[in-house]
Amino acid sequence: MAAEFAVEVFQNEYLTDGAREVDAIVTVAASGIPAGGVAAEDVAQVLVVDCSGSMRYPPTKLAAAKHATTTAIDALRDGVSFAVVEGTESARMIYPTHRGLAVASPRTKIEAKRVVRDLVADGGTAMGRWLALADQVLARHQGPLKHAILLTDGQNQHETPAQLSRTLASIGGRFTCDCRGVGTDWQVGELRKIAEAMLGTVDIVADPLGLAEDFRAMTATAMGKAVGGVSLRLWTPEGASVRFLKQVSPTVLDLTGRRAEAGPRTGDYPTGAWGEESRDYHLCVRVRPAGVGDRMLAGRVSLVAPGGGVLGQGRVLAVWTADEELSTRINREVAHYTGQAELAEVIQDGLEARKAGDVETATAKLGRAVALAASSGNTGTAELLAKVVEVDDPVTGTVRLRPQVADADEMTLDTRSTVTKRVGKGG
Amino acid sequence: MTNCPECDEPVAAEDRFCEGCGRNLLVRTTPVGGPDGTAAALCSCGSAEIDEDGFCEQCGRAQPVGRDRMEFVLPTVAGISDRGRRRARNEDSMAFGHVHGRGVAAIVCDGVASSERADEASQAAVDAANTVLVDALVEGTDPERATVLAVAAANRAAGALARAEAPDVAPSCTYVSAMRTDDGAVVGWVGDSRAYWLADVGNATPSRRLTKDDTWAAQLVADGVLTEAEAVNDRRSHVLSRWLGGDSGQVSPHVVTLRPEETGLVLLCSDGLWNYLPEVEDLDAARTRGTTPVELARELTEHALAAGGHDNITVVVIEVGVGRGR
Repeated sequence: MAAEFAVEVFQNEYLTDGAREVDAIVTVAASGIPAGGVAAEDVAQVLVVDCSGSMRYPPTKLAAAKHATTTAIDALRDGVSFAVVEGTESARMIYPTHRGLAVASPRTKIEAKRVVRDLVADGGTAMGRWLALADQVLARHQGPLKHAILLTDGQNQHETPAQLSRTLASIGGRFTCDCRGVGTDWQVGELRKIAEAMLGTVDIVADPLGLAEDFRAMTATAMGKAVGGVSLRLWTPEGASVRFLKQVSPTVLDLTGRRAEAGPRTGDYPTGAWGEESRDYHLCVRVRPAGVGDRMLAGRVSLVAPGGGVLGQGRVLAVWTADEELSTRINREVAHYTGQAELAEVIQDGLEARKAGDVETATAKLGRAVALAASSGNTGTAELLAKVVEVDDPVTGTVRLRPQVADADEMTLDTRSTVTKRVGKGG
Repeated sequence: MTNCPECDEPVAAEDRFCEGCGRNLLVRTTPVGGPDGTAAALCSCGSAEIDEDGFCEQCGRAQPVGRDRMEFVLPTVAGISDRGRRRARNEDSMAFGHVHGRGVAAIVCDGVASSERADEASQAAVDAANTVLVDALVEGTDPERATVLAVAAANRAAGALARAEAPDVAPSCTYVSAMRTDDGAVVGWVGDSRAYWLADVGNATPSRRLTKDDTWAAQLVADGVLTEAEAVNDRRSHVLSRWLGGDSGQVSPHVVTLRPEETGLVLLCSDGLWNYLPEVEDLDAARTRGTTPVELARELTEHALAAGGHDNITVVVIEVGVGRGR
């Protein structure tokens, strides 16, 4: 495979005598990926379209969903395997009609688009079942890249949260799923749970007219991936424990609980598919302290292909020193991403408090968020926050809750709370 | 039949020089620049798996490299120099040589922490002194005079490292040496690295410390200003009054000659050891009798490490016999 993974570690490896916590930002950059991604036969894509009754109102919603789906079909390269699934309280194959994949060609694309245009919205919502069918279909695909897009406008009413969790636990990591909520009647928490389990993105498409472009972009991104099923393999020394491992850029995604043991002192964390891109991870390991002057390998981070081949590797070190000037320095990258993770957390907590009518907590949390967004230069999040709170002073985080907030604005802030600003880069 | 340690050419037991490379087969010394770090077969945690960058696959510890832990053994003399547990690097150095039928020379130097490149200073000093002392053994010249010349050579070598623009931090070190000949041992020193006589039995020539520290505190004790107990706790107890290096001027060592009436050991060490075992009684109590020099050096080094290892630890042990034949 031509793809190369460069692993870079940013940390202050100096610890004060007796200290045991080691923080590092691990930047993984994949490069050398041929333009246009891998061969078409390596890619499979399943489009899951919500056809519950609510999709009928307003009528533009279903029309937009159909238009988006046909746009996505058009964006498929010939030779890619694909399928379209209709989601209601159950899941149904609509193209192809058997539980399998079709190969994209001018003919199959026309056929699929014809079936999509005939879709009727009528029924309930059980996203776990939709995903289970997508999983069955994608399981037939021999290639390394499996992607799904899930579009919904409502809440998961026809199965329990526990049922959805069970499904996600059994299929998590088998394919990537990007989730899109259309309108404002869906639940951010629900789609975020799916997207996190399936290592995909989640976003709101408040205006259905924006769907088609979004679908086209997601499909293009999916076909730009070159390596699927990549794991981040972490070795830590004996007596160490992993406090957390989070993806912190481009979005915050806690991987700590996703560890699968892969050998002595070694665990694998799923990272999904990679194209020409760069991601940052925040690793925090607790080690047994050693003496001043001692050096320890506190962690070895490897990117591992599905076959076990190591694509790139980096080291996280610990050096104990009596020199306080060294040990008290805070690494810039670690500080930045610690702030970005807190930013996502206080936004979600603040919005929850606001919904619960706890004005005091909501004001405090969202004020903290405003201050964090301002100090880290996360202007995208700052703008979204300003639609929910009146900002008196962004430096101190002095804010007042706005009395009237559009649902779409609140949901957009919630959905995009995990989007971080890259350290040292613009935007 | 053995092989030349230099070029591996076969040499006969009676050969004085190697036919292949001309090396003096009767002389064996520590390598110039210091012994290679001991690449231990096992990590201190017991694991044998060490990755290519020298980290233990089990506990993650970096294995000692280079100067972190040096160990070297020659007939009747052995030494260990260890970084300790609190210092970022080992600024102590040791060198020694064995001349068949003539005796042993050994030097320990401790880099002054407040100077720059103190590790280079101590290494340059021991290597320069070792050359002088080993040559003196080979040529059979007066050991007391050789000791003075060795200190001068060591002082020049350390002084040569000084940068003209930074005289205040000129690379500096302490110095202690011992020469064992048929007649006994000659010890010379500058600074607070020490030599002790450790008697095997101790009735005729009891164990004793051979050196007096060149520190302000020791000076004040000698002048009656401080008691020994006060001096130990005084913050100046380690402030050197004399050292080797670019800012030391002309230095001549204190020289002591020992003519024991029975067998024993001469121990050279840096303050990384004697901070924990200051009195000769402490050393006598801590050591196991009847061990080889390297075993004793290891034992004492472990003692200092277990006690905290606050400084670099260097221990060189020389067997001292009575009469010829060593």
